Amino acid sequence: MGFLTYLINGMSLGSVYALIALGYTMVYGIAKMLNFAHGDVIMIGAYLVFMCMSNAGMPAIVSIGIAIVCCTAIGIIIEKIAYKPLRRATNLAVLITAIGVSYFLQNMALLIFGSNPVSFTSVVKWQGIELADGQLKITGNAIVTIVTCLVIMFALMWFVKNTKPGQAMRAVSEDKDAAVLMGINVNATISLTFAIGSGLAAIAGALLCSAYPSLNPYTGSMPGIKAFTAAVFGGIGSIPGALIGGLLLGVIEILAKAYISSQLADAIVFAVLIIVLLVKPTGILGKQIKEKV
Amino acid sequence: MKKKAMSLGLCVAMAATALVGCGDNGSTASTESVETSGELTWRIGGIGPTTGSAAQYGQGVQNAIQIAVDEINEAGGINGYQISFNFQDDEADAQKSVNAYNTLKDWGMQILEGTVTSGACAAVSAETYNDRIFQLTPSASSTSVTEGHDNTFQICFSDPNQGTVSADYIADNALGTKIGIIYDSSDPYSSGVYQNFATEAANVGLEIVATEAFTADNKTDFSTQLQKCKDAGADLLFLPFYYQEGSVVLTQANQMGYEPTMFGVDGFDGLLGVKDFDVSLAEGVYLLTPFAADAEDEATQSFVSKYEEQFGGTPNQFAADAYDGVYILKEALEASNLTPAASNEEICDALITAIQNVTYNGLTGENMTWNAAGEVSKDPKAVIIQDGGYVSVQ
Repeated sequence: MGFLTYLINGMSLGSVYALIALGYTMVYGIAKMLNFAHGDVIMIGAYLVFMCMSNAGMPAIVSIGIAIVCCTAIGIIIEKIAYKPLRRATNLAVLITAIGVSYFLQNMALLIFGSNPVSFTSVVKWQGIELADGQLKITGNAIVTIVTCLVIMFALMWFVKNTKPGQAMRAVSEDKDAAVLMGINVNATISLTFAIGSGLAAIAGALLCSAYPSLNPYTGSMPGIKAFTAAVFGGIGSIPGALIGGLLLGVIEILAKAYISSQLADAIVFAVLIIVLLVKPTGILGKQIKEKV
Repeated sequence: MKKKAMSLGLCVAMAATALVGCGDNGSTASTESVETSGELTWRIGGIGPTTGSAAQYGQGVQNAIQIAVDEINEAGGINGYQISFNFQDDEADAQKSVNAYNTLKDWGMQILEGTVTSGACAAVSAETYNDRIFQLTPSASSTSVTEGHDNTFQICFSDPNQGTVSADYIADNALGTKIGIIYDSSDPYSSGVYQNFATEAANVGLEIVATEAFTADNKTDFSTQLQKCKDAGADLLFLPFYYQEGSVVLTQANQMGYEPTMFGVDGFDGLLGVKDFDVSLAEGVYLLTPFAADAEDEATQSFVSKYEEQFGGTPNQFAADAYDGVYILKEALEASNLTPAASNEEICDALITAIQNVTYNGLTGENMTWNAAGEVSKDPKAVIIQDGGYVSVQ
């Protein structure tokens, strides 16, 4: 019974990682850049939900809606100001800019929201279900997070595969210059990718803080890095890979804490990552893409 | 042109954020309070986290020192000289704390009252020891702060003291028979208290059934640690860490339906101040503090009302320790009969001798004295949280 509890806790944690990893992997898959500010957009999203719920007394679903709209706008603005001018620059320059944006957002949040941690009220009011005479408890948060994560993953896969903008995204991902020749607006496509990624960040922020209820301007950074790891684990650029990577990372982390050592949990998680990458450098579902010379 | 405008805009934005750190230092307290140009003043520096996860402590300390400095300056200063006070933020980070220390040294600091958190303080005390600057920390309770440094003294009780008192208290009052421990293995304060607790627990016959850890990089999810304690049958959880993680642990334990007796140490002070935290979860939580803001004595009342008036909110034990600290410095400086014209080395050496002869009655204890190791003779008291406030249980 203990094992099942740990497994469920692991999946719950993993689905939060997966949700964040979806944002990373979308942007990387299409714009070929690591948006390290993603974790901080999550924090901003969580603060927006918190303010709507706590200060304005709005219902959870409306609050999340507002946060999605605002985060989408923030994502587009960040892309326009910080990343677009660097479209032709080296990957390294873009990476450093992303780290800069990350610090910028953290400090802005410090200025606006202050440094004191706030206690986030869960957006999920449902208590969850109890199985086996209350021995096994699955919280409402865990169920909602896992279901949301699955729904978003399938929606994204469908979107990328079957819609016009989705096709444009795949085209841009494969070859930017050829996409331009085919009449695709590359800038608009990349902006759309950022918009979707940032909108997802708002949902991820609300669910992250519902499960782990302490919110401060640094809340997004560590889960952001873990989720990035999850995205690499699953094969960065692959949408189902993000889900698998996130869930595995969460489950390994919790099981390592439970059965090996709570101190060594992170070391074990990253050791597993190294082993996976040694065996399969592109991650679990990553595809080997040949570079044209 | 467009690019120029944009880069200009970014520069402005960067400059704005660079100033955030200073601008956000608790309400209106200016970092440099009494800058009397050219005139000789005591230059007392302070360092602590006014932003970041332990911000309540740094802000409390900064505000309280400000109150004490203003009081003393109004009453004529120390040995006839006014005090200049400069407080720097370190976000409870060792690296940033040393940077803050260097900033203060450039400013001409003669005495340091800080830093606030143990990890950062250990780094800074190595520097003050080399530079011969006298250091009095209001709240860094780890022994790593004072060990081998003759110039460093503590106003708060030390970690060994906290660990031992907690174990004795739990045993004497039979609060629990099976103890579960969760601690932060990446933090010297938390692991210091834990180790001493574990040693004393063995002496007084407490059974520790589970010892679980977390680290600074992995402190969002405590469900596994809690589950392991629960499975081990722990009926009391000993939680030697800070209030931010404390609020998460209490919430997650509640979600799991796990209700042991919770016993925190001084790091849990501030728990009730977390915005939107459901304080009913904190009912029945024990913590250690030398200071109760609702005490009836005149000194406490005056300090609390001044604090509320100037900065809003109720001061915690860190603020009270810091307030006492300024008066302890005053007493020691008066005993040593120095003027601010003395060099840092002279002040440091004189204060090391003087503080060991001081007996001080303050907000956080009666008849406090200091030994050569830098420890204060003050015992932690346990309080229990009831109806959203602290109730003494001695």
